[in-house]
Amino acid sequence: MKELNIPRINETIYQETLPNGLTVFYYPKEDFEKTFAIFSTNYGSIDQKFTPLNSDEFTQVPDGIAHFLEHKMFEKEDGDVFQHFSERGASANAFTSFTQTAYLFSSTEDEERNVETLLDFVQDPYFTEQTVEKEKGIIEQEIRMYDDQSDWRLFFGTLQSMFENHPVRIDIAGTVDSIYTITHEDLYLCYETFYHPSNMSLFVIGNFSLQEMAELVRNNQAKKEFAPIDDIKRDYGEEKDPVFKKKEVIHMPVQTPKCMVGIKDKKEHLQTSELLKNELVRELVMDLYFSKSGKYFEELYNEGLVIETLRLESYMEKSFGVTMIGGRTLKPEEFSDRVIDMLLNLKNSTISEEEFARMKKRKYGELIRDFNELEGTANQIIHYHDLSVDYRNIFETLENLTRDDMKQVIDGWIDQDQITVCMVLPEEE
Amino acid sequence: MSQVTEQTIQKDDYSLHLIDTKKFKTNTIALKFTRPLKRENITERALLPFVLQKGSEKYPTERALRQQLDELYGAKFSIYGGKKGENHILTFILDIPNEKFIKDEETLTKEGLQFLSEVLTKPKAKNQAFDETLVEKEKDTLKSKIQSIIDEKMQYANMRLIDEMCEDEAFGIHAHGYLDDLPQLDGKSLYEAYQQMITEDRLDVYVVGDFDNDQMEKDIEENLTFSRNPQTSIYRSESILPKKVETITEKQKIQQAKLHMGFRTGVQFSDDNFPALQVFNGIFGGYPHSKLFLNVREKHSLAYYAASRFESNKGLLFVFSGIAPDKYDQAREIIEAQHQAINDGEITDKEIDQTKKAITNQLKETLDRSTGIIELFHQQVIGGKSEDPQAIAKAIQSVTKEDVIAVSKQIQLDTVYFLTAENGGEEA
Repeated sequence: MKELNIPRINETIYQETLPNGLTVFYYPKEDFEKTFAIFSTNYGSIDQKFTPLNSDEFTQVPDGIAHFLEHKMFEKEDGDVFQHFSERGASANAFTSFTQTAYLFSSTEDEERNVETLLDFVQDPYFTEQTVEKEKGIIEQEIRMYDDQSDWRLFFGTLQSMFENHPVRIDIAGTVDSIYTITHEDLYLCYETFYHPSNMSLFVIGNFSLQEMAELVRNNQAKKEFAPIDDIKRDYGEEKDPVFKKKEVIHMPVQTPKCMVGIKDKKEHLQTSELLKNELVRELVMDLYFSKSGKYFEELYNEGLVIETLRLESYMEKSFGVTMIGGRTLKPEEFSDRVIDMLLNLKNSTISEEEFARMKKRKYGELIRDFNELEGTANQIIHYHDLSVDYRNIFETLENLTRDDMKQVIDGWIDQDQITVCMVLPEEE
Repeated sequence: MSQVTEQTIQKDDYSLHLIDTKKFKTNTIALKFTRPLKRENITERALLPFVLQKGSEKYPTERALRQQLDELYGAKFSIYGGKKGENHILTFILDIPNEKFIKDEETLTKEGLQFLSEVLTKPKAKNQAFDETLVEKEKDTLKSKIQSIIDEKMQYANMRLIDEMCEDEAFGIHAHGYLDDLPQLDGKSLYEAYQQMITEDRLDVYVVGDFDNDQMEKDIEENLTFSRNPQTSIYRSESILPKKVETITEKQKIQQAKLHMGFRTGVQFSDDNFPALQVFNGIFGGYPHSKLFLNVREKHSLAYYAASRFESNKGLLFVFSGIAPDKYDQAREIIEAQHQAINDGEITDKEIDQTKKAITNQLKETLDRSTGIIELFHQQVIGGKSEDPQAIAKAIQSVTKEDVIAVSKQIQLDTVYFLTAENGGEEA
């Protein structure tokens, strides 16, 4: 077992890879009441064209299948897995993102039996025609709920305007039409391919005994048989660097318009070795210019172009990267024009030594604060592990970052061709 | 359960609550100003957080103020208002990295306190009035916020349900204020509300983190030097029983309908049967193992969500569900049937056991978040009953099936609110 130390904050995480390929992280925190565990597969909504286990031929599955699979993992021949967790006072849940499907629980007692249940239910699929049919109504309601949410529509509208072919443009849950075509055979195909231990990680954090937990996980995994490790090839389609469309407008019944400006990353900036730095620079730029202490936020506020606050988001994955700046605004056209001008102007502006030092202080404090949250810490480390990045390097990356580095990254990142706009506008009377 | 102890120090004009724990990498300081909810000043109190965050004497703009927070290692600061029962609470909260984890920093928390004191006591005001331009601008922000509630369907349905249900009660007052009040509101009336808050409201100060209690008490005293003359006490509501069930249907252009239902429990935080209400709620709709989730969602596939939540200080309980517009009758029938089932004693030992464990688990998890700890203890101030977490857990454990049935029979449906699609929804 490897010891991963984080001396700056007096923390230690333990990591090991089991013979079947599963990566396990243990992070004991005895001051806390709870234990949180997350069992995650490196498989999300974008993985819909791939080579199945023991095959070299690509196959394509319906939109929304990773999320559908997540729902169906909880149902077994003898009932609902939630019940097993509930019996021990644990609360279980799951989520599907573009690149990850994760099953999790938190509990304040019986954490070992809960970890065992977590491993066992995810590694024992049970899909039948009947159970799959029954789920369609529930997922349809979930999709319709999101369809009524303007923030969600704005987010996907921006992605659809940015990407022409990459499956990140498809809603994580799929569409009402696509989910009705999903069969239990489809679910097994995806399950067998992507839920192999070598494609998964387990993270246990909180109040538990390291030795006993590690022993339990090792024994549990040693008892089970898995197919030999096989490489999975994934196809995300041909995607050009520039944005697909410059603008997308969605009409829906809202009172106040919303507008989002998105910057699409060029593929060359998604390399593993540069990822932490590139992502950090994007976040620092958002902090420095578009957060409430930022120069551009102040200008937008004074010009009456933004209401209350901006929504700032940045995601960088192996196959796509986006940064978004959005908000409610009474003047969406002016808002987007101004924000685009500001972004293009970043290349010519200089950051003072004082501003730079302040930004670093802020980021440093935020990195420390993140360790208050057990769930967030576990998710963060797994996310970077899936990207083959050691998250601990973030402290060093921040400390070593210079103003010249910032400038260089910004120069490569911002470009007219990489910028798109999406608006949610009230319906015309 | 480990000990999370609150040391309460009663000062002349405020209560100081110190919670010393090594769990967190940050220290959290919260100031809570409480007074009974009143229709006449609610819009001022709703606007105050917006204006106070836009600057102070020393930090004249929002940007300058936020830059100081960046300087304090990204300290997180916010001011917000909300209601607990029929009280309105304005909270000032600062979460600042503990200097123990930062090289060459020794006084960070103290600097955080100075910042709080500056923003709280030296706002941008002259001659007993806030800056008029600023107030006008922030009135627009609040206006747009109020107007946008209708865009968030779940929040809108909650608000409409309470509007209808508590029309003549203080609980029905909107904590976010009213559009009608905005034209008359100016820098002077806002300053009056501010003065009232700072001198007359009840004030509770909470500090959670890793620090020395005596030193912290001294630091707080040195920084919170404004003079106060508290004149308000916490308002404890009377329980009301419903007369007859009202059903309201509203139509909008939406895909998913919202069926929200309001009940009267007659049970409040300090009542002996409050733990029984918590267990009832857990069996009824509080968790994924509850009757609502299992029957409305899992058995009949009617909804993506179907849950219940109780309100501690007014004796209310709400059911929320998102359903297909044409499933109103079936969903309402199933929801009411679950309540009836509990009345009839259709409760298994397993349901009771699971629920007690889930409540205890939730309680313990609350203690893993500094804001959770603050809310737990502040609810005790509002509810008028002080207990340590061990005692709360013990009270939950001792609830019997009979207690749950008794409380269930006391709970009565008051109002049903149905927000549905313009076409395809059935008439209620």
